[in-house]
Order: sequence, then C-alpha cells, then structure tokens
Amino acid sequence: MSTTTVDPAEIAKFEAMAAEWWDPNGKFKPLHMLNPCRLDYITTQIAGEYGRDLNTARPFEGLRLLDIGCGGGLLCEPMARLGATVIGVDAAERNIPVAKAHAAQSGLEIDYRFTTAEAMAAAGEQFDVVLNMEVVEHVADPLAYLTACQQLLKPGGLHLCSTINRNPKSFAMAIVGAEYVMRWLPKGTHEWHKFITPDELFDLIRNAGLDPVDRKGFVFNPVTWGWKISDRDLSVNYVTASIKP
Amino acid sequence: MDNAGQSTIVQPMTKRYDIAIVGGGLNGPALALAVARAGLSSIVIDALPEPVRSGAEFDGRGYALALSSKRMLAALGLWGDLAEHAQAMHEIKVTDGRVGDSRVFLGLHFDSAEIEEGPMGFMLEDRFLRRRLLQAMSDADLIDHLSGQTVVAQDVTPEGATLTLANGDTIAARLIVGADGRSSGTAARAGIRRTGWDYGQTALVCAISHELPHNGVAHQFFMPPGPLAILPLPGNQSSIVWSERTATAQQINALPDDAYMDVLRPRFGDFLGKIELAGKRFTYPLNLTLANSFVGDRLALVGDAAHGMHPIAGQGLNAGLRDVAALAHVITHAQRRGEDFTLPQVLARYEQWRRFDTATLATATDLFNRLFSNDNPLLRLGRDIGMGLVNAVPSLRRGALREAAGITGDLPDLMRA
Repeated sequence: MSTTTVDPAEIAKFEAMAAEWWDPNGKFKPLHMLNPCRLDYITTQIAGEYGRDLNTARPFEGLRLLDIGCGGGLLCEPMARLGATVIGVDAAERNIPVAKAHAAQSGLEIDYRFTTAEAMAAAGEQFDVVLNMEVVEHVADPLAYLTACQQLLKPGGLHLCSTINRNPKSFAMAIVGAEYVMRWLPKGTHEWHKFITPDELFDLIRNAGLDPVDRKGFVFNPVTWGWKISDRDLSVNYVTASIKP
Repeated sequence: MDNAGQSTIVQPMTKRYDIAIVGGGLNGPALALAVARAGLSSIVIDALPEPVRSGAEFDGRGYALALSSKRMLAALGLWGDLAEHAQAMHEIKVTDGRVGDSRVFLGLHFDSAEIEEGPMGFMLEDRFLRRRLLQAMSDADLIDHLSGQTVVAQDVTPEGATLTLANGDTIAARLIVGADGRSSGTAARAGIRRTGWDYGQTALVCAISHELPHNGVAHQFFMPPGPLAILPLPGNQSSIVWSERTATAQQINALPDDAYMDVLRPRFGDFLGKIELAGKRFTYPLNLTLANSFVGDRLALVGDAAHGMHPIAGQGLNAGLRDVAALAHVITHAQRRGEDFTLPQVLARYEQWRRFDTATLATATDLFNRLFSNDNPLLRLGRDIGMGLVNAVPSLRRGALREAAGITGDLPDLMRA
C-alpha cells in the first residue's frame, strides 16, 4: 500500500473509525453478533462449491472474491485470512480508508475500492465468489443491481445474498426491535417496504440470470443471545446461494 | 547457511507460537493436543521438573473420568493406550451413614445399565494419564514442552503477547492460556481477581487393596465429618478420597500407616473384606476459588485457574477438560470461519459457555457438601427422603446419571460421541 501522500493525522482518524467498526460492543454490535453465523454459511457454501477443506490453513487460496458493501471489512478480513484474493467495494467513500487502516493493523492484504457493483461490472471484473450481504434491501433497483452481480461472476461462480424478509414479524424485529427498542441500529436504517420475501428474491435472482440453489434463515435466540442458521425459519433474516450457469 | 554451525554470535531468541500455555498438569497438555489438531502451534510451560511428571510408580492417585472426558481422550487419540489401565465404573452407590454405624442405608443407586451410552465413567491412575500426555506432546510437531521453567512476567499488546521466563528467555504468542492451577500466576499477572472460600476441610487421599472384588462399583458415603468416596481401580484396589475437618485431617495424616488405617476401617466398613494401604498418602485442603473473569486481553483461563472446586464428586478434572474442549472448540471454529481467535468477542464465547456451567456446578457441589456434612437429624431425614425420591423416579435417576457422565448440555466437538 502506497502511503506517501497520506496525511498521518488522517490515518489516525481512520484508525479511530476502524476501532469503532471493529468494537464488538460498539455501534456495529448487531453485525458482530451476526457475523459468526454469516461466516459459517459463507465458508460452508464456498467450500462446498469449490471442493475446499475448511480444516486446512488457507482453504480459499486462488479464489477471487468480491464483497459488496464491505464497510469496515468484517467479512473481507476473514475471507483474506482463509486465503482468498479479496476485493472489497463500498459506495460510502469514508469506509474505504477505514477498512484499509484496519487491514493493515491485521497484517492482511485486501484491495478496498470506493465504487459500486454496477461500475465493477461495466469494467469487466470477474470473480469466483460475490458476497452480497445485507445490501439488496438498500438499493433503488434490485433487479438491475442483481444483474450487475451476475455479470461479475465467472461461469459456475457463487453468489451469496442475505437480506430481511417482509412481514409483520420482520417489521417488529428489524425496525421496532433493532432500531427503536435495542438502539442497535440508527433509526431510519431500514425502510420496511424495501424488504424482500425469499420467493421474491428467488424470482429476482432468476430474472438476473442466476440459478438459486439454497436458502436458509438466520435466527436470533434471545435466551442464548446469539444467532443460529435455520433450515425452516426464514421469517426475518435469511440468506440465499445462487450459481451463474 | 553452510557455515551456520561455526557462527559464534548468540542472539537472544524469541520463539513464536500461536498459543503459550502456562501449566503442565493435565489441562495444559490436553489443550496443546486439542489445538494442534486445528494446525495451531503451542508451547507448554511447566514449573515442575520433568521427572516429577513422568514418574511411573504406583502412588494411588487416580481420576474418576466422566464419560465425556473419556470421549475427549479418545478424540485426542490417547484412549487406545489408556483403556487397558482404566477401570469402568458401572454403578455408583450413594449412602448416608455414621462412622461405625452398622446400618448401611443404600439411599441412591445409579446403574450404567440404565443409560445406553455405556459406563458413566472410568477410574484411571494419574501416572498413566500424565505419562500418556507427555508422550503425545513429544510426538506432536506443533507442540514444544518446557519443564522446570517459571513465568515471571507477561506482557500483552494489540500485536501479541510475550512471556518472560525466570531464566530470561522470552516467548511470543498470539494467546496466553493459564492452566496453572488455583493460585494461577497467569490470572494474577493479568489482574484477574478471585473469589472463594475455605471449607475448613481437608481431603485425605490414598489407595487401598481389598480382599473382595469391587465389581466396578463406586461408593460415596456421606458422613457428618465429610464425604468418603471409594472409587474402583483395576484389580482388587480402590482409590479413597476422604474429607475431614482440617484439624482432624492433620492429626490423622500425622499417624503412622497402621494407625491411619485404624481410623479409616470403621468409616470404610467391611463390605470389601480386609483392607490394606497400597501406595502413598496425600492431603488436599478443600477450598473453592473462582476467577472473576475467565478471559482477558489475549488471555484465557482453564481448569483450576478458572475454578478450583471441591473434589466431592470428582468433578475437578472433568470440569477442566470440559474447559479445554470448549476453548479448543471456540478457537477451532473461529479459525475455520477466518476469524482472528484472539479477538475479545471470540474469547467471550468461551467464557459465556463455561462460566454458567461452572458457577452452577460449584454452587451445587458446595450445597451438596454442606447438606451432607451434617448430623442434624432433620437435615438427615430431609436428604434421605430426597435421595429416596431420586431413587424411585427412573427419569430423575437417568438425568442424574447423564449429568454425572458429563453428557448433558451443549457439548464441545471433542466430547460428542
């Protein structure tokens, strides 16, 4: 990483912001709580698709992976640690130096870029894996966005997409619960009408030119205060896997 | 590097490991072996010199390994060589009695035949387990083992942890694990305080040989001065753990062997025929000590360093191995999903998993001991009714059996069948 033109005061500021992203009890606590569960799903799917053994040191060596909406790098860093060549993109410019600063602290090489999936697709970038986690509920045109994700994949490539279901329970949990009661997320983080049901998402994914192959729920257990992957309960948070033919 | 052997420049060497484990008892080596399975390197630093650990002669000390602990030793590839030395415990009989009282009331009776998992536990002599662990460590490429070395300082920074030994050597690691017992220096150096209390009791431990076979039956006699456990060893031998008020225990322990046995015999009874001392005698003061936190920055505590408990139900080693299995599980799973296992949120998973179990067990054992180390007739009646009740209800009895076998609750990978 070339840092010759970077102001040290700026770096200090970004390191402080990185600390905020990576504080398990800070502003991004809900993401940290969900992260092990998301990573279990992601690693299992990639290992299955590409025949990799997760009990080896760098199982994803040789795989080119794109994380859309990378934020502070909560998914990019584990993927890089597992050996993948990772490119993280975010449409929020300020996240990029923050993620870079943290990757440097972690001793990981990750290519972070301030850009969008659409721009990457237009530039002809190609990946083995596209991670599209908790993004689709925030975009204006989901079909155009998912089409860009499809274009970013090599044939046979894996697309993992998680989002929030649309029903009274998800409204209660994700908006009233997470934003207003627990104050986990800033108010206005989610707009309920933008939430997508699993069937709608499967249709969108098909229309975008991908073959849906799996869907699972992420379920919060208030007793153990942790998340679990569920085969049946997709009522609030859920994740899908699809393959480019 | 052809001339490397001729170089005379000696550089202070810092060796780097994934995990530095302080304490070379049983939990430390078990953890080193468990994380090596996930490809992690470790060093085990033992304050005791090697000959103390590798002694092969019979001294009568043994462990009541719960089924869960046996499964773990099997998963670590150790059980094959240990099985021939282990005595299966098929039954546990819990009896409430008085010293010299001929009426032996069999209050509670647990029989492994009632659960499909097999024997609820195994008796294994300390010497076999110790030596097997030493052997396995020396066979493992990823494990270094230092004997007779004391840690004098530990330093943790965001980049890593460093241990300084009494001889001036330093060791760098990503994580420090304190497996250094109830007065853990690792915990103290990290500023982790402990809470605890003394029972005013001391355990007398010895092995005996007896005339009649024990048939794999373990006994627990509850008597006013404290409990007496008779645990079957291979052959016609048993391990005895016997608690008395500390002053009395000291008097008894000061006696010559013959007089010592004269005190034990009326407590033991004659149901196994004539009994003789077979091995050394040991004493252990009974106290409960709980670390206020099981984890810290780049730090985790296991075994007695986290929770020293009353050995009334033989749960000390089993609880320690459960810590080791849980910590190895948390680390291994974090590693597999690409997480940095030294992050506070990862270590917090271990603490959350073990702290509740441990506090429950420590409190239950403590209450159990207070309840039974008592000659109050009302209390005696109450506990006799309670024991009768558990005995009469098969589901309660099977529940208690599985609990004793250590196969209830959320099991770490290493303890699953």
